[in-house]
Amino acid sequence: MAIKTSKREKKVTWEEFVPDIVAFACNWCSYAGADTAGVNRIQHSPNFRIIRTMCSGRVTPAYVLKALKLGADGVLVSGCHFGDCHYIFGNYEAVKQFEKTKALVKTLGLDEKRVRLEWVSAAEGGRWADVINEFVGQITALGPSPLNHKPKSGK
Amino acid sequence: MELIIEKLKKNRAFLCLECGKCTATCPISTYNRGYSPRRMLAEGLFYDAGDLMSDRLLWSCLTCRLCSQRCPVDVKYSDYMRDIRAEACRHGQWGNPSHGGTLLHIMEMTASPKLRQNRTGWITEDLRIGTKGEVLYFVGCLPYFQDFFSKDFDFDPVSIAQDTVRILNRLGIEPVVLENERCCGHDLYWLGRLEKLDDLGRLNIKQIEESGAKMVVTACPECALVLKNIYPERLGNIGFEVAHISEIIARNVDRLKFKNLDMEITFQDPCRLGRYLGVYRQPREALSSIPGLRMYEMRHSGRGAICCGTTNWMNCDATSHQIQRNRLNEARATGAKTLVTACPKCQIHLRCTTCSKEPEKVDIALSDLVNIVASALAD
Repeated sequence: MAIKTSKREKKVTWEEFVPDIVAFACNWCSYAGADTAGVNRIQHSPNFRIIRTMCSGRVTPAYVLKALKLGADGVLVSGCHFGDCHYIFGNYEAVKQFEKTKALVKTLGLDEKRVRLEWVSAAEGGRWADVINEFVGQITALGPSPLNHKPKSGK
Repeated sequence: MELIIEKLKKNRAFLCLECGKCTATCPISTYNRGYSPRRMLAEGLFYDAGDLMSDRLLWSCLTCRLCSQRCPVDVKYSDYMRDIRAEACRHGQWGNPSHGGTLLHIMEMTASPKLRQNRTGWITEDLRIGTKGEVLYFVGCLPYFQDFFSKDFDFDPVSIAQDTVRILNRLGIEPVVLENERCCGHDLYWLGRLEKLDDLGRLNIKQIEESGAKMVVTACPECALVLKNIYPERLGNIGFEVAHISEIIARNVDRLKFKNLDMEITFQDPCRLGRYLGVYRQPREALSSIPGLRMYEMRHSGRGAICCGTTNWMNCDATSHQIQRNRLNEARATGAKTLVTACPKCQIHLRCTTCSKEPEKVDIALSDLVNIVASALAD
C-alpha cells in the first residue's frame, strides 16, 4: 500500500497492490478441486489465473520461470496428494522439479515465498479456497515482483 | 527477399564456390542428412525467405565455425545464421529450446535492471575475494548450472568457480566478484536476440567499470568471447582486457608449483576458445606443465575439433546425441581415461551422454581444465 498524491486535485488516493498470480493445477485433482470450490460457491480471491496441466510432474522450472519472467508476482503449482496421482508417481516428479525451481528462484534473488507447491484433491474445494487466499495474502505482503513491469493502475 | 540478399552479401556468401566442403565437415549434416549449410545459403538466394525463416533446422546450426574453417573463400556462415535468426525472431519464429527454455528464461530475466541476484553462495571461507582490485573474475552461469544440473548428473559446476579463484589466489591475485553480475548474453546473441544482448552488455560493462578492474578473467570461453569481441563490436570500446583462465595459467606457469598427478587425459577444444579466440596452445601448455600427466590428442583436435553437439540450449536432439557419442568414443580411442574440457557447457553436454541409460555406455570421466590444474597444485 502506498499513498499517492494527485497534483491536480490535491487529494490523497490509496493505490492498492493487486498481485498477479499464475496457478498451475493438475487436471485430475487440483483443477477439479477448483471446480468444486466454484460449484459450492466458496468465495475466494480472484487475483489468479489458472493453467490446467495434465499432471503436476509436467510443470518443469521452465514454466514457473517463464511466468515470473512475464511479470507474475507469484506462482502456485498444485497437484494430487501422494498416493492419489492419476499417473501414480507424477507428484513425486513434481517435488523433484519444484526443488530445482525453488533453488533457481532463490539464486535469481526473488523471494522463495513467491513460488509454492500444494496438494489439493478433487473433493477439497474449501482447501483450494484457503490455499488461494493464503497465497494471495502472502504475495500481497511481499509486494510486487522486481520483474513486474506493468504500470500500476490507480483503481 | 532484398533483406536476405543484403545479409548474404555482408557475410561473403556470393563468393561461394559450391565446393560443398561446409556440408562435408558440418557435424550436424554428418548425422542429419536433411541439414546442409550450403542448402541454407541457397535457400536464402533462390527461394522465398519466409520458408527459410520458418524452417526448424534454422536453429540447429551449432555456430561452431568448422565450416568457415574449411571454406576456401571464408564465407561467414555462423554470422549469416545469426542475422537470419534475428530476422526470424522479429517475425515471431523460435526453435525448440532444450530443458523447456529454462536457461534462456534465466538469461532474459537477468536483463531486468531491478533484479538483485543472490548468486555468490559458492564463495567459501578459504577463498580470498577482493572488493576493489585490478582483476575481476566473471563467473557466468555456474551458480544456475549448480541449481539445475547438479542433481541430475554427478557434477559440481560451482567447483569450477571455486578452483578458478583458488588458482588466482595462488598467483597472489584476489579477484573481484560482482554480486549482481548479469548473464553475458552469448546465447541470446547467437539466437538473434541482439537487443537483449545490448541490454545485458550495458549493465555488465557499467558494473565492471565501476569496480575499477583493468582485467577480466573468466573460466567460460563463451563469456570470454562476448566480453572480448562482441561487446566492443556492438557497444563500442571497453576499458578492460579480457582473458580466459587458461591464458592466465599458461602465462604464469613458472610461478605455480605442481605435485605429481598420475592421469591419462585428452583435451576437447571448445569452439569459442579455439576457432573464435584462437587459444589452442595455452590450455595444452597449462596441462603439460603438470608432472605425471600424460596427454593424448584426439583425431580431430585443435582447429579441426568437433563441437560438443549443442549450442545456445537450442534444438538438442538425436543428432546432438550422436555427435556427443562419436566424440566420446574418439576420446576413448586415444587411450585416455579422462576427457578434459575448458568450457562448462561442453562438459554438461558430454556428461549428459555418459549418464544416459542406453546400453552402450562410453566409459570415460569428464573434468574441467581448472579442476585438473587446481587438484595438481602443491600445498
